[in-house]
Amino acid sequence: MIDVLGHLRRRERWRWWEIAIWLALVGAILLIPSRAALINEALIAGLFALSLDLILGLAGVVSLGQAAFFGLGAYTAAITANAGYDDPLVGLAAAIPPAALVGLATAPLLLRGADLTRLMVTMAVALIAGEIANQNGWLTGGADGLNFMVAPLFGRFSIGSIGDGPRNAALFSLAVLFVLFFGARRLAHSPFGISLAAVRENRLRAGALGVSSSRRIVAIYTVAAVYAGIAGALLAETTQIVSLDLFEFHRSADVMLMLIIGGAGWLYGGVVGAGVFIVIRDVVSAATPEYWEFWIGAMLVVLVLSGRERLARLVRLRR
Amino acid sequence: MLTLLLDGVAYGMLLFVLSCGLAVTLGLMNFINLAHGAFAMLGGYVTALLMNRAGAPFLATLPLAFLVPALVGVVLERTLYRRLYGASPLDQVLFTIGLVFMAMPAANFLIGDQPQQVHLPAFLEGRIGFDGVSVGVYRLFTILVCGAIAAGLQIFLVGTRFGAQLRAAVDDARAASGLGINVDLLFAITFAVGSGLAGLGGALAADVVGGIDPSFPLKYLVIMLIVVTIGGQNGILGALFGALLLGVLDVAGKYYAPSVGAFIIYAVTLTTLILRPRGLFAKADSK
Repeated sequence: MIDVLGHLRRRERWRWWEIAIWLALVGAILLIPSRAALINEALIAGLFALSLDLILGLAGVVSLGQAAFFGLGAYTAAITANAGYDDPLVGLAAAIPPAALVGLATAPLLLRGADLTRLMVTMAVALIAGEIANQNGWLTGGADGLNFMVAPLFGRFSIGSIGDGPRNAALFSLAVLFVLFFGARRLAHSPFGISLAAVRENRLRAGALGVSSSRRIVAIYTVAAVYAGIAGALLAETTQIVSLDLFEFHRSADVMLMLIIGGAGWLYGGVVGAGVFIVIRDVVSAATPEYWEFWIGAMLVVLVLSGRERLARLVRLRR
Repeated sequence: MLTLLLDGVAYGMLLFVLSCGLAVTLGLMNFINLAHGAFAMLGGYVTALLMNRAGAPFLATLPLAFLVPALVGVVLERTLYRRLYGASPLDQVLFTIGLVFMAMPAANFLIGDQPQQVHLPAFLEGRIGFDGVSVGVYRLFTILVCGAIAAGLQIFLVGTRFGAQLRAAVDDARAASGLGINVDLLFAITFAVGSGLAGLGGALAADVVGGIDPSFPLKYLVIMLIVVTIGGQNGILGALFGALLLGVLDVAGKYYAPSVGAFIIYAVTLTTLILRPRGLFAKADSK
């Protein structure tokens, strides 16, 4: 007989390369503080991509509208700070309930229709969220966006753009990313996560086994919305500005690209992809400012044509 | 009031020509082509550059605005797109977004990020009025041209042998090729026509949207997708009604309730998706 439980336990164990990745990230921030702002951006993008991985990688549900929650979280953090509650941790916590509520409210829209319908529905949700933000200028500053200040972290460490700010911000983002990643990892290896894999691989069969796919999709979508909201709040707090751009279509598309570049379904894909994406953007745009997107696009085309799924399966087999 | 309606119809007609190619590839070939806007941009550039740099007359550039994107479309279809027929929707989305990401910097590199204006010839400018209803000549022109295209397409797809073969090939490619239908050729032609129409739409829309610039493919992608979503994916008429509805709603919305703005369109889209995921004008049938 196959030792199923033992197999699952072995899969859950932390590998040496995982620990190496996290140590390398800490090292990178401490050793090259001059690039801390860039690393911070990559970490936040990684967290954002992780939120997409939860629904796309774990449950196989496509979305082109994660920016709805990203923007929602960012604006919540900004508005909370402007209302006087300017502690960064309070801002992050404040971003959770709205993202969860909107996630929960919009998740049922994903239960019907094929992938194309889902792509369109999620996109429409993000567009509507952006339009609501645009219309309610009294709250969101409309097209001008909002500037705001956050207090130092724990009352001591500034996360602004001056002095040690960027380094502290990157460390802060890394800590948040690690905590949430830890949660996502536990989730993926939990019975719930394994049942999601069943839903992803074959909804009909999962249903026949008594696994209700609808409830699981709603649940994971809500969790993913919270992750995206926290990512948005982090970006808002470390840049101390929010604008309508956060809701735009290209945000949702970019984060999808990052996840695909890094590979969906193994949780590190978001972080790796975000790193690659942002490094390419930085390196290429240093040489030719406007044309970096071309190489991202070329990479995507090659990835798809060479069989994205096949590559992913190779990686999965090796582990 | 009637002026408003005509403006809305003209805008809707433009939306139709921009997105009917997408409706064809999506509805008939089951392929999600997010790079559709890039073909529209190409058509717009052909017209704008021919007029501005070679001094060609507007009307003479329109056939080229159809042909060049159609040719590029055929080449891409034969080399790249056809590998992805039957791939997962996600792969198609990623691949075509990749193409968009390549097309925009390429346009920027070759032509520059300044919007390329299309200057209308004098006889298309100005307004004419009957009984107190005044309407822009160019608006009337777009309504006529686009209406002719819509009618032509509908007759072509429903009434001709080609259309019947295409529908057969879409329903069951294997059986169709077993009957001696050249499915590859059929798809290539269809794709070319779709791309060409996008190009023509881009050329016609250039004046209305204030010139063609490299961000065009992404900026108008959303509205094109919405047209197809609302109209339903099977058929030209669905896309036509969807586009007209959107055009009128958008123009009227901006006039009567500017504060609500784009909200109306998105709300209509979402409601449509919830109530009728296959589109407002889709036949209740099929898969």
